[in-house]
This record gives sequence, C-alpha cells and structure tokens, in this order.
Amino acid sequence: MKAAAPNALHNGEPVQLGDIPVPTITDFRERVLQACEGGSRIAALFGQPAADGNTRLFAVMASDVKGQLALWSAMVPDHYPALTPSCAQAQGFERELAEQWGVHPDGHPWLKPVRYHHSYREGHDAWGRSAKSPIQPGVTDFFAMGGDEVHEVAVGPVHAGIIEPGHFRFQCHGEQVYHLEIALGYQHRGVERALVGGPNKRTIPFMETLAGDTTVGHTLAYCEAVEALAGVDAPARAQALRAIALELERLANHTGDLGALADDVGYLPTASYCGRIRGDFLNLTALLCGNRFGRGLIRPGGALFDLEPARQSQMVERLAQARQDVTSAVELLWNSSSVRSRFENAGPVSRETALELGLVGLAARASGIERDVRAQFPSGLYRFAQIPVSSYHSGTVFARAYVRWMEIQRSLAFISDQLQALPHGPVRAEIGPLAPQHLVVSLTEGWRGEICHVATTDATGRFAHYKVVDPSFHNWMGLTLALRNQQISDFPLCNKSFNLSYCGHDL
Amino acid sequence: MNAISFIPLLLALTLSPLLLGVINRTKAFFAGRHGQPLLQTYFDLWKLLQKGAVYSRTTTWLFRAGPMIGLAAALTATLLMPLGKCPASLAFPADFLLFAGLLGLMRFFTVVAALDTGSSFEGMGASREVFFSALTEPALFVALATLVRETGQLSLSTMFGQVSNAHWLHSGPALGLVVLALMIVLLAENSRIPVDDPNTHLELTMIHEVMVLDHGGPDLAFIFYSAALKLWLLSALVVGIVLPGTGDPRLNLLLAVGAVFGVAVIVGVIESVMARLRLMIVPQLLVGAGALAATAFLLALKLN
Repeated sequence: MKAAAPNALHNGEPVQLGDIPVPTITDFRERVLQACEGGSRIAALFGQPAADGNTRLFAVMASDVKGQLALWSAMVPDHYPALTPSCAQAQGFERELAEQWGVHPDGHPWLKPVRYHHSYREGHDAWGRSAKSPIQPGVTDFFAMGGDEVHEVAVGPVHAGIIEPGHFRFQCHGEQVYHLEIALGYQHRGVERALVGGPNKRTIPFMETLAGDTTVGHTLAYCEAVEALAGVDAPARAQALRAIALELERLANHTGDLGALADDVGYLPTASYCGRIRGDFLNLTALLCGNRFGRGLIRPGGALFDLEPARQSQMVERLAQARQDVTSAVELLWNSSSVRSRFENAGPVSRETALELGLVGLAARASGIERDVRAQFPSGLYRFAQIPVSSYHSGTVFARAYVRWMEIQRSLAFISDQLQALPHGPVRAEIGPLAPQHLVVSLTEGWRGEICHVATTDATGRFAHYKVVDPSFHNWMGLTLALRNQQISDFPLCNKSFNLSYCGHDL
Repeated sequence: MNAISFIPLLLALTLSPLLLGVINRTKAFFAGRHGQPLLQTYFDLWKLLQKGAVYSRTTTWLFRAGPMIGLAAALTATLLMPLGKCPASLAFPADFLLFAGLLGLMRFFTVVAALDTGSSFEGMGASREVFFSALTEPALFVALATLVRETGQLSLSTMFGQVSNAHWLHSGPALGLVVLALMIVLLAENSRIPVDDPNTHLELTMIHEVMVLDHGGPDLAFIFYSAALKLWLLSALVVGIVLPGTGDPRLNLLLAVGAVFGVAVIVGVIESVMARLRLMIVPQLLVGAGALAATAFLLALKLN
C-alpha cells in the first residue's frame, strides 16, 4: 500500500478538486472493490454533474483500521458495470446514483428507485421514464413469493403509531418471515439540491431538521465541513460544548429507545420511566441552549451559547440525578427474565452480514464490529478526549439494547469529565470565505452512527454539491436481513432496536 | 328461580367495565403514573354508543353480526354464572358446557367478522386467536370437569354453591391446580399480558385487538362491553373456587365482589412485572395450563 497516495485524506481535511485523480471507470471500479476487499467500507458514493454532460462519480472509502479515508473519482457516461454484485454495500448508493443522475449501473440485482423523484439530469432516466410522467412514492415492483401457503402483509406508509411514513412488505409463511422489503422516500424534500449555492440563511435550518432527532449530529458535521473549508478551527471551549451536546443527544435517544423497546414487549416500568428520563436529558440540552433538540446551539465557527458557572453546576447536578434514575430504570430491564427472553435471539445480524452491508453505528457495534467515528476518525474534542468503543458480539435485539446501555454509561462519564474541565476562552471564531474548488469529507458519530457530509465548492466558494449520508441509509438493509426467518410478530421489536430515520434517509 | 338469583347478573352487568379501570390503575401505579379515571371504560362505551359506524364495502352481514352475536353470547353466559354462593339466574345440569360453548360462539363470530374484512392483519389475528383458543378450551373443560368430580354437581350454580373449606382441606392440591389453570385461561381469553398486550398499537404483534380494528362506533362498544363481561365471568369462575363462603349470604356476595376486583388487581400486577411472551412460546404456556388442569383431574379421581 502506498503511504501517501494523493487520494488519502482525513476526516475534515479539505482537498483541492483538481488534485483528485480521475482514473477511468474501470480503474475506479477496481480500486473501490479492492478497498472493500481490503477491509474498507463505502462511507459515501455519489455523482456530481460534470461540465461535459457526463457524471463524475466520487467514492469515499473509510478504513476503520487505519482511521483514514480514501477518495476515488471517475467520469461515467450513462451506464457502467455495477459494483453491487461484488460489493453488496454499494446497493443503496448505486440505486441513488441511477435515480439522481440517470446513470445505469449494469448488472445491479435489484435496481429500484430510492426516493421516487425525477432525474436531476434532464433527458437521462435509468428506467426510461419521461420527465412528465408522474412518480408516486412506493409504486414499484416488490419481491413476491408464490404458493398456496404463503401470504403477503403490507404495512404502512400510514402507521398506527406516531411515526414517520414508510412501506413494509413481508413475505410470510404463517408467522415466519421469509423476506421483508422496505420502500421509503415518502419524506423526500430535496434537501441536497436546496443546499447547492450555500452556505446561506437556509442552510442551518436545513441541517438542524435533516433528521429531527439528530439535530446536533448533522449540524456538527456540517459546521466542521464549513470550518475545514474556511480554514478555521472552532475555539476549544466551543468544541467541548458541542461534544457535550452530541453526547446529550445520544443519551436522550438511547434512553428513549430502551424505554420504547420495553414498551414493545409490554414491560411497563422501564417504558414509563425511560420516557420521562429521556425528557430529563432533552431538558439538559435545553439548559445548554434553550432548545430541547439543540437547535440554535451549533454554528460554523463555534457555538452560539456559552455555559456560565451557575448553569454548569446545575447541569452537573441534574446529570447526576438523571444518571441515578436511568440506571435503576434500565437495570429493571436486564433483571427481568421475561424481557431478556424476548430480546435475546431476536433479529440477529451476524458480523459477516454487518460487514458486507457496511452497517454503521450501534447496529454495527452490536454485531461485534469496532466501528465508531469518535474513536477512528475523531474530530473536534474527540481528538483529545477518547470514548471507548462499546460493542457486543451477538447482533440481536439484546445486543443493540445493551450497546445502547453501555454507551449511555460512557456518555455520562464523558460529559461529567468535560464539565469538570471546560476549556476557557471564547465560544465562537469568525468564519471567512470558503476555499473555492475544494472538497471536504466530514464525519461525526451521531447517536445512530456515522454521519457523512461531503461538500464541494465552486469557483466562488459556494457549495457546488452537498452530499449527506445519514447512518440510516446504510442500516435499513440491516433491518431487512435481521427479519429473515424471524416471527412477524417480532418485527416491531427488531424495528425499534434499529430505530432508523425515515427523513434522514429520504432527505 | 327467585329475585336473589338476579343479583349476580346485575352485578356483572354494572360492574364489569370497572374491572378494566382497576387493571389500568394498578398498572399506572407500578409505572409511577396517575393513570386514567377508574370509570374510563364507561366513558368510552358511552362515547362509542353516540357514534355512527363506518362499514367497508368489502364486508358482508357477517361483519355486522359479529359484535351483536358476541354480545348476545356474553350476556347469555352471564345468566349462567353464580357469584358468592348466590345461584345464577339460569341453572340446569351441565350448564357449564353451554357456558364454554357460548364463549366459543363469541370467539367464532369475532373471528368470522375479522376474516370478513379481508385485511391481512385481521387474518393473522384470527389465525392466532383460533390457534390459542384451541389450546385454552381443553384447559377450561378439564378444569371444570375436575370441579364436577370434586363437588359431584353438574351445574355451575350448585357446583360453586358446594365448594367449601372441606373441599380445600380434602383436595387442596387439586383445587389449587385448577385455580392456576383457570388464571392462565383468564389471561389468555382476555388477551392480557403475557399472552397478548391490550395496550399495544403494533398491529403485527396483536392477537385480539387486531381482529376488531375495523369495527367502530356502537359495534366497538358492543365488543368492549362483551370483553368486560368475559373478564368478569372468568374472574367469577376463579373466585367461586377460591372463596369457600361463610354462613352469611350478604357477606358472601360482598366478599365475592371484592375478590373479583382482587383478580383484576392481580392481572394488573402480572402485567406490570413481566414482559409479554414471544408469540411462539405462548402455546407452551397454554398447554401448560392444560397439563395443570389434567393433573388436577387425576388428583381428583384419586382422592375421591
């Protein structure tokens, strides 16, 4: 392996667009597949319109072992041989590529739209649809099984609970699920397209609402990308506050999820307590910035709010109380054999499957993969203050629940440490113009997993293209495979154990 | 038949919705919440009765008949159930067969109405309900047969009129097993945790609730009310064995009503301290109930 390949870069390290080598598509394929075989995974794979009417492909490969990213790029005409047959984790990205830019990945085994919109490149549609024909979300072919004894169950997009819209098709034999197919795209808002030409006044609100429960994660990824392009470092104190906010977001969501998992198996005490304690963690974020979801806290160059000593000591106090509450509520869960018997053996995803699908975040860690942006691609405060990676081997609902609990404990310890040693100084630095003709990859570990933002700037330092990869984009396929040969009655439990974002996927 | 024998009927008709209130308040207590009003089921019934109903065009008369026949069956079964040594309005030899049959009829029409909607959810719920009830019914019958053997009576009223401290002293183990089996039957038949979760909104996991998803308005009120009656009846069944009775008929009734609500509290406690079983493990529990009842029957044969 070459030590300093021109395409190697780190999280938050801007590179000049002109410096990125553009091999032929054959070379590109080979390098991406080689990297996959060598243990790297696809963090992002996307297209960008080129001046000559073709599409320029970018692949961001992440090597967890080396903590290094590799960037590959190539020009493609209207079609190219698909990566998916040799590298399953490319499947979603290639479907997206086909839908957005009309680039047909030849040989893709199940080429279906991802978000159900018209091609961004006029006159080029991977399915040969005309630009005028209306496109309905969820209207497509589904995998179907034949036979007298099999039956199909369709759930959604309107659900009984207050959740986001998505369509689920189960192929069942009695209670047993043979296959689940998920159709999303109902929440497609065109965020990536709207970000082109930014940063402007609308950019931050878009980031804060990319996925409502991951406000801090996505806003942080965006701000670190902008800071990298502007060549500015956020002050140390701001980096600490942002990390605290990111961990509070993790605490609130993990606690809420453990409660929801308890609720799904009908275990009342933990369900009720965790629902309240989630609110306590959200209120701690509100104590920091006045908003329970952390909106308005993080801005390019730092943070908008400081934590003065009075509120700092209040936060320490309330955090200690919340720690006590969440510990007793969650221990009830592990001490209840009826709960454990529901969690264990439900929805297993093997380590091999997780690696092949390129799962990220807690779903990957629950399948025994040590994969955590905070440890392997650290940015901001995480370069100085480490959080151990929490993983578990079994890949079941229990593993995903237990990893949440380990992360809750570690996040609590992390926040306590940071609150005791907050750096002094300002919380915001001035941001200048962004470097023109540059590309930056920014990764953060949101509570679901790796959030990947890739920004490229044009000649004037405006966004020429902005790519967002929510962890859900990788992980929805994990849910599909977790359900194979499971009981259909366990679907809600498996689904909750992943708790993926619909709007983060649909963008 | 005299005026006294209408007391169990009247108590069941008026108090059964309160049982659900007691269960919910017990659960709320364990969850650290205030909980809904005790009388919430009455409010719900009243609200639903004021509403109109919407019927899918794919349904037939079966869908509309389901709730009515269900309610009629539940009401008839209520006529047969004594309480606190007070005989039922209707009693004749082998009326317990009719009692079990009426519960079966009620279920049959709920299932048929569910299948009539053509919904895949309701079809799954119906399939689960039929599978599980095929396992609870033998447990119920064998438990009742044990009581017949113990008391030498063939009618529910005389059977429960007879159970006394002497029976408990003589064949306590058999009666204890019967009570245990009937408690499991009660939880399963009334779709409570650990068999079913009456509070879930997740269609894919439901058994009973999913079968009534398409019913609304007065039909749903009928279903709720029949369900409340069914809970009362099975609780009264358990109470009839557990409470041997005193000499005072009024005290007997009072104790029995208290014990019926005691059963509701126990159901609430069970729902609060354990999670629901995985669906495929439920049959093991129900077969277990059958085994308990069968053991009780063998004991009764041996002891008498």
